[in-house]
Amino acid sequence: MFRNKFFRQLVNSTLDLLPILVVVLVFQLLVIRQPIPEPEKLIVGALLVILGLAFFIQGLEQGLFPIGESMAYAFARKGSLFWLLLFAFALGFGTTVAEPALIAVAGRAAAMAAKGSVIADTEAARGNYALGLRCTVALAVGFAIVVGVIRIIRGWPLSRLIVIGYGCVMVATAFAPREIVGLAYDSGGVTTSTITVPLVTALGVGLASAIRGRHPVLDGFGLIALASLTPMIFVMAYGMVIRWMG
Amino acid sequence: MDGLNALGKTLLETLRDLAPILAIIVGFQWAVLRQPIAHPRKVFVGFVYVLIGIALFLEGLEMALFPLGELMAKQLADPGFLGISPSAPAVLWSDYLWVYLFAVCLGFASSLAEPSVIAVALKAQEISGGAINAWGLRLAVATGVAVGLGLGTFRIVTGGSLVAYIFAGYVLVLIQTALAPRVIIGLAYDSGGVTTSTITVPLVAALGLGLASSVPGRDPVVDGFGLIAFACLFPILAILSYARIADWLGRRRAAQQNEVK
Repeated sequence: MFRNKFFRQLVNSTLDLLPILVVVLVFQLLVIRQPIPEPEKLIVGALLVILGLAFFIQGLEQGLFPIGESMAYAFARKGSLFWLLLFAFALGFGTTVAEPALIAVAGRAAAMAAKGSVIADTEAARGNYALGLRCTVALAVGFAIVVGVIRIIRGWPLSRLIVIGYGCVMVATAFAPREIVGLAYDSGGVTTSTITVPLVTALGVGLASAIRGRHPVLDGFGLIALASLTPMIFVMAYGMVIRWMG
Repeated sequence: MDGLNALGKTLLETLRDLAPILAIIVGFQWAVLRQPIAHPRKVFVGFVYVLIGIALFLEGLEMALFPLGELMAKQLADPGFLGISPSAPAVLWSDYLWVYLFAVCLGFASSLAEPSVIAVALKAQEISGGAINAWGLRLAVATGVAVGLGLGTFRIVTGGSLVAYIFAGYVLVLIQTALAPRVIIGLAYDSGGVTTSTITVPLVAALGLGLASSVPGRDPVVDGFGLIAFACLFPILAILSYARIADWLGRRRAAQQNEVK
């Protein structure tokens, strides 16, 4: 039975990857009309992607989703808001601060800031700046997940939070130093990783299902949305603080 | 051997990324919730699959897709290919049609393969009991990203103000949010946020880089980020619009049935 299911997963993954392969091949061969460099690498790479995707989806349905849901139910049953919020914050903060894409972005940002004389061009100053940036983004995501969980429990409409969030973003954009704005907008997209997304989604949907009077689809989604919004605001604030202190 | 080395390295890196999540989950499960996990072995195996899956996926992308994507972006944006004479005074937006088409197709295709989008769509389908179709959702997201990237590359070539475009986009999104059926809002915004992930971001960065080196006066960093912002925004619009259309069609059908009666 397992092999059957996995085989179906492989077929699905192949279908998922097919559009990209088709686009790339068609453009390279028919439009640009150049041969594909290292075709063996392309084939092996494609196979790896298909296999990887199949494993990922299988693991998702077997591990990530059930754990997220069961923890949501357990927290709801336990009834302690404090522990739930602490978990939400820990999840957001902990997964973001170690996020490699964020580490890379922070490093580049520090280099740019040093070049722009916002901070001293020493390794210590750049390291501090990068670490401060990472913690800021991690804080933002932790905060977002906490607010998101409170929203699910209280039943606040997401649109209200979104409008407030976008409003803050626009205000911050007006006041923030120019060099931080692009970085801030980028950090919103970078933070939610392939592992965090299913977990946080399952948590939100699970909570919305477990709590009476909450609709799973209406209330359960939106955690990721908030986690993409708050880093922008927090990073621009970080930029403003650094400017003001420097 | 070199390939296996790279794979091993990716595996270790993915394990390092997974470690904090595992620690938090296990810590809370054990110390706070103090409850045994249902089917612990199955769940553990699931995590191992996620680990292996992501490692293979990333390795495959590095090996196959990203180098090719970067090469293609550069070739497509090359003035020689596009037929732009180097002595031409200004850049015509119509010179870059192939680039727009590539951006549209790439955006569409990469969103379909994006694991985070698949995850959210699967969850939405499961929790709505099938009322929300995972493929329909993914197609809507893919369409949004395609439009976003097409528009984004057009903006890069024509030199429009990023702030103006984004502002207009936000206004559109907010209007749609006010008018759309409330039940879909969270899902729409979540899908928009997750679509810029493992596959899309590097490819879009390559596209931005390729264009910036070809179109005069463009900054790769600013324009790359601009493309990402477009890719985040338009899927939200696509899903909200799709939900409104589906809602309107459903109500029209119900009204027609009432009339017949």
